[in-house]
Amino acid sequence: MKHWRWEKDSQGLVWLTFDKAGESTNTFSRDAIEELSGALDAIAAERPKGLVIRSAKDNFIAGADVNEFVKLKTADEAFEFNRKGWDATQKLRDLPFPTTAMVNGFCMGGGLELALGCRYRVALDDPKTRFAFPEVMLGIWPSWHGLMWLPKLVGPAAAFDMLLTGKSVDARKAKRIGLVTEAVPLRIFENTVRMVTLAAPAPRRLPLLQRLMLGPLRGLVVSQARKQVAKRARPEHYPAPYAILHAWRKYDGDPIACKDDPACSLKALFEHPTTANLIRLFFLQDRLKSLGKGAEFNPGHVHVIGAGVMGGDIAAVCAMRGIKVTLQDTSPERLAPAVKRAAKLFERRLRDRRRVRDALDRLIPDVSGAGVAHADLVIEAIFENLAAKRELFERVEATARPDAVLATNTSSLKLADIAAALKDPARLVGIHFFNPVPQMMLVEIISGERTAPELAAKAAAFARLLDKLPLPVKDSPGFLVNRVLGPYLQNAFRMLDEGIQPEAIDATMEAFGMPMGPMELADTVGLDICLAAGKELARKGASGEPDAPRALLNKVALGHLGRKSGQGIYRWERGKPVKAAAARTDGNLTEALIEPYLTEASAVHAQGIVADADLIDAGLVFGTGFAPFRGGPLHYLASRK
Amino acid sequence: MAAMTRPVYVVDGARTPFIKAKNRPGPFSGGDLATQAGRALLLRQKFAPTDFDEVILGCAAPSVDEVNVGRVVALRLGCGQKVPGWTVMRNCASGMQALDSGINNILAGRSHLVLAGGVDALSRAPLLYADAMVLWFANMMQARTAGQKAAHFAKLPVKALLAPVIAIMKGLTDPMVGLLMGQTAENLAHRFGITRAQMDAFSVRSHQRVVAAQDGGALASGGGEVEAVYDRDGNAYALDDGVRRDSSVENLAKLKPFFDRKYGNVTPGNSSQITDGAAWLVLASDEAVKRHGLEPIGRIVDSEWAGLDPAQMGLGPVHAATPILKRHGLALNDPEYWEINEAFAAQVLGCLEAWKDDTYCREQLGLEAALGELDQSRLNVDGGAIALGHPVGASGARIVLHLLKTLKRNKAKRGMAAICIGGGLGGAMLVEAV
Repeated sequence: MKHWRWEKDSQGLVWLTFDKAGESTNTFSRDAIEELSGALDAIAAERPKGLVIRSAKDNFIAGADVNEFVKLKTADEAFEFNRKGWDATQKLRDLPFPTTAMVNGFCMGGGLELALGCRYRVALDDPKTRFAFPEVMLGIWPSWHGLMWLPKLVGPAAAFDMLLTGKSVDARKAKRIGLVTEAVPLRIFENTVRMVTLAAPAPRRLPLLQRLMLGPLRGLVVSQARKQVAKRARPEHYPAPYAILHAWRKYDGDPIACKDDPACSLKALFEHPTTANLIRLFFLQDRLKSLGKGAEFNPGHVHVIGAGVMGGDIAAVCAMRGIKVTLQDTSPERLAPAVKRAAKLFERRLRDRRRVRDALDRLIPDVSGAGVAHADLVIEAIFENLAAKRELFERVEATARPDAVLATNTSSLKLADIAAALKDPARLVGIHFFNPVPQMMLVEIISGERTAPELAAKAAAFARLLDKLPLPVKDSPGFLVNRVLGPYLQNAFRMLDEGIQPEAIDATMEAFGMPMGPMELADTVGLDICLAAGKELARKGASGEPDAPRALLNKVALGHLGRKSGQGIYRWERGKPVKAAAARTDGNLTEALIEPYLTEASAVHAQGIVADADLIDAGLVFGTGFAPFRGGPLHYLASRK
Repeated sequence: MAAMTRPVYVVDGARTPFIKAKNRPGPFSGGDLATQAGRALLLRQKFAPTDFDEVILGCAAPSVDEVNVGRVVALRLGCGQKVPGWTVMRNCASGMQALDSGINNILAGRSHLVLAGGVDALSRAPLLYADAMVLWFANMMQARTAGQKAAHFAKLPVKALLAPVIAIMKGLTDPMVGLLMGQTAENLAHRFGITRAQMDAFSVRSHQRVVAAQDGGALASGGGEVEAVYDRDGNAYALDDGVRRDSSVENLAKLKPFFDRKYGNVTPGNSSQITDGAAWLVLASDEAVKRHGLEPIGRIVDSEWAGLDPAQMGLGPVHAATPILKRHGLALNDPEYWEINEAFAAQVLGCLEAWKDDTYCREQLGLEAALGELDQSRLNVDGGAIALGHPVGASGARIVLHLLKTLKRNKAKRGMAAICIGGGLGGAMLVEAV
C-alpha cells in the first residue's frame, strides 16, 4: 500500500494509519479509497479486538482530493467516484468489532464521513482540531453517508447547522453536541483511544426531541431549515443547500436512491454552473494563499499608527494572531475605543479567557510612539491626507529600525506620492485592508514604481499570517476594489437621480447575487466617504464623471451620512436599514446597474493593474462579495457572451 | 546595614494612574495593572523584556487566582519562561521591599537587570465566609443522602452567610494590638497634640499639589511617570482619579471621624484613599548599564528597615530614615526632596513632630537632641497618598520613582523616600540623581 499501513498490537488492536504518499495533507484520491477498502478487508480477516484509524500528518483527513474531483469529466464518472467512498464507509461501519477514529487537526468532508463510519471518535482537544462538511460551499453535498449519519448521531439541529453552512466545530463543541465520544489533551490521547476501543461503551442515545425530529417531525425540520436557507441563498443561485434538505427528507441522504431526482441528484449538481464556479473560486483562493509564500517574514512586533476603526482593527487582528502590536494615536481617549473593539473581537473569536487576556496583553496602546523603534513592520492607518502621511513617514523613517518594513493602508492616495517623503522610497509598500477588517478576507498589496519587490512578497506573507488573502496590485488610483466599486456606486446614485427607488436598486443587485445592494453598501461605507472617493477617482482620471450625483451631494450636505449618522439613503435602526417594499422594475435594470462594474473590471485587466483576469475575479469576489456563484466578474462577462 | 558597596542604578520607571475604589471590584486585577504599567515602561527601553534577570513584585493582597502575581506578570509582559518572577510582602512597603530585594541581588552579583515594583487592587479584596459558614460547607460534604442534605440545609447559618468577613478590614487591623491603622494615627495625634485642623490643612495641600502636578505635567499621563491604562469597555484611565480639585478645609471639616467614631480626629478626608495601582522601576548594575548602553536617571544609595511599637507604626519613617542620615552625615534638610508616604495626615505630621522632639529623639532614636524641623516645602512636593490613594503594595515603589523623577526634573542631587508600615515597621531609601 502506498498511502495506508496497519499493524496489530499486543492487545489485539489494529492501528490503521493514513499517510498520503508525497503530500503533507491526507486527502482521498481514487487510489487512497481503493487501498482503504482493501485494507478493511484484510483487517476484517484478522478478527482484531478493535480498529483505530489515525493520521500520520498534522491533520486527520482534509476530505476528497479536489484536484481529482475537477478531473471528472462526466456526471457518470462523478457518480462512480462517489460510489467508491460510499461503499468504503459502509464497509467500515459493518465491521463486527469496535472501531475508533483518532482525530487530530482538520477532519473534513470525506474525512469526517470516515470518522462517522467508526463506532467511536476521539478528538485531540486543541484549537487546531476542527470538524466540518464544507461540501455545500463547493455546491455539492456529503454523499459518503455524511448526510445520512450525521443527523442520526448529533440530531438534526446541530447536523444541519454544519451541513448547510460548512461551518466547522472544534473538539469541545464536537464533544458537546455528541459528535465525538471524547475530546482529550495530547497527554492522554492515545490512552483514551485504546481504552474506549477496548471497553466499547454503548452508543449515546439522542434526546427524545431530537429523535422525534429524525422521525415524525422530519418534514417540519426541513421546512424550517429551508426558511433559514432562503434568507441567505436563492435556490437558482445556490442549489446545494436545498438539495441537501430534499435528499435528506426524501432519501435519507442516500445518493444512489436519489440518483435520478433532479432536485438533489449528484448529476444535477455536478452539471449546475454554480458548482464549477464555486470550485473555481476554491482554487483561486488557494492561488491567493500561495502568493504569500514568496518570502519568509515573521514580524514579532507590528506598530500601527492611527487607532480609528481601520487601524484599531488591524492591530486587533495582529494581536489575535499572536503578534505583539503597538497601536499609536494622539491620546488615550482615542485609543480606548480600539481596545474595546479588540476585546469584543477576542471574546467572540478566542472565547477562552486566558487567550483573550494574552491577546489583550499583546495589544499595547502607545501614545508616545515608542513602539516604532522596535517594530519589524510599521503600518500607517491615519486619515487620507497626503501631507500628513508624508510628514508621518519622514518621522517614522528616522526612528524605525533600518530593516523594518514600512507600509501604508491608504485607499485613495498614490503610493509613490507618499513614498517620495522617504529617503529610501523603496521601503514603502501598500497593505490595504478592507472594513470590517476581522471579516474581510482580501488584502491588496500595493507596489509603487520604486517599491522593492521583496517588500511586496513580505507584505503578502504578512497577510497570510493574519489568515487573509493577499492580492498584488499596481499603484494606480483606487487600486482594484475601490476603483471598480467607485463607478458602480456612482452609477447607482445616478439611477437614484433618475427617480428609481433605492429599494428597487438594492433588490435588483441582491437578486443578481450581491451580498448587499449598492445603496445599502454606500450607507454602510458612509456617503461622505463615497463622495470624497468619487471625486478623488475622477480627479485622477479613472473612470467616472467629475460631477457628483445630486442625490449624493444632497444627502451629504444634510449630514445624512448613512449608517453612522442613523440616516442616509435609508433610515437606520439598530444597525439595520429600514426599507420599503421594492417596486417592480423592468429586466434591464440589472444590466444597467452591473455594467459599470464589469466595464471597470475589464479596464483594470486591460491596463495590467492586476496580473491576470483570474486574480481580478478572485480580488473582486473576496473583496467586494461579487456573486460568488458567478465565478467572478470577468468570468461572468466571458460566459455571458 | 552598611552603605552599598557597588552602585545600583535606576534606569527608568512608570506606574498606572491610581484608581480610586468605588465600593465594588474595580476594572483591573493586580496582574492587569502591573502588566499595563510594565509594558508601557518596557516599550521605551533599549533592551528586550527577556533581558531581565528577574522580576520582583511587592503585593500585600494578591488575588487568590494569582498569588505569585510577580511570576504571572513577568510572563504576561513577555519576559519569557526563563526569567524568574516572584512576589514579596511587607504590607505597606511591599513595593519598597521589592526594590530592596532587587538591590540585594544586584549587590550580591546574582542579578544585573531587575524589574521591581509593587501592586495592589484593593477594590478587589475579597469577602470571605465566616467560620460558621465554612463549617457548614464542611458538614454538607459529609451528608450522603438527599434526606441528610435537606436536613443539613435547614441548619444554614443565615447570619454568618450574610455577614462575610471583609478581607480589607482585616488587613487594615493590626493583629498584635488589634487597632485599625487609623487608630494608630489617632495615637500619634494624641501623643504630639496634632489637631483636626492641622490634619485637614495638610490634606488640602496634598490635593492642591497633585492638581498642580497634573496640570504642570509631572503627573500628567505620558509625562514620564504615569501611563494610561485601558479597560475592555472602552475607558482609558489617564490620571490619578482620587484627587479633588474642589478640596478645601471647609469641605473636609464636614467629614465624620471614621476609626474612633464620633470623638476622634482622623476622617476619610485626612487619610489615604483605598485605591488600585501599580508602579515599576528598572534596576541595573554597572555592568548592565554598560552592556545595554543605558542612561540611568539615578541611583539608590542606601536603604533601611526599622521596627517600632505597632500602635505607633506611623512613625516608621522617622525610625528608618534617621539611621541613613546618620550613616551619611546628613542633616534633616540636606536631601533636597523628601517623600513620606501619606498614610494619614496625622501620621506624617507626627513624624515631623517626632524629629522636633528632644525627648523622642533621645529616647527612641538614640540621638543626643532633636534632629530638627523638616522644611515642608521640600516634602511631598507633588502631593501624596491622601490625594493619590495608597494601593498598599505599590506605594513604596511609587515614592521612590516619583522622588527620582522629581530630582531629575529639578536638577537636584539627593532625596529621601520613607514609608510607614502596618505592624510597626518603617522603610526608607536614600537616592541620588545621576
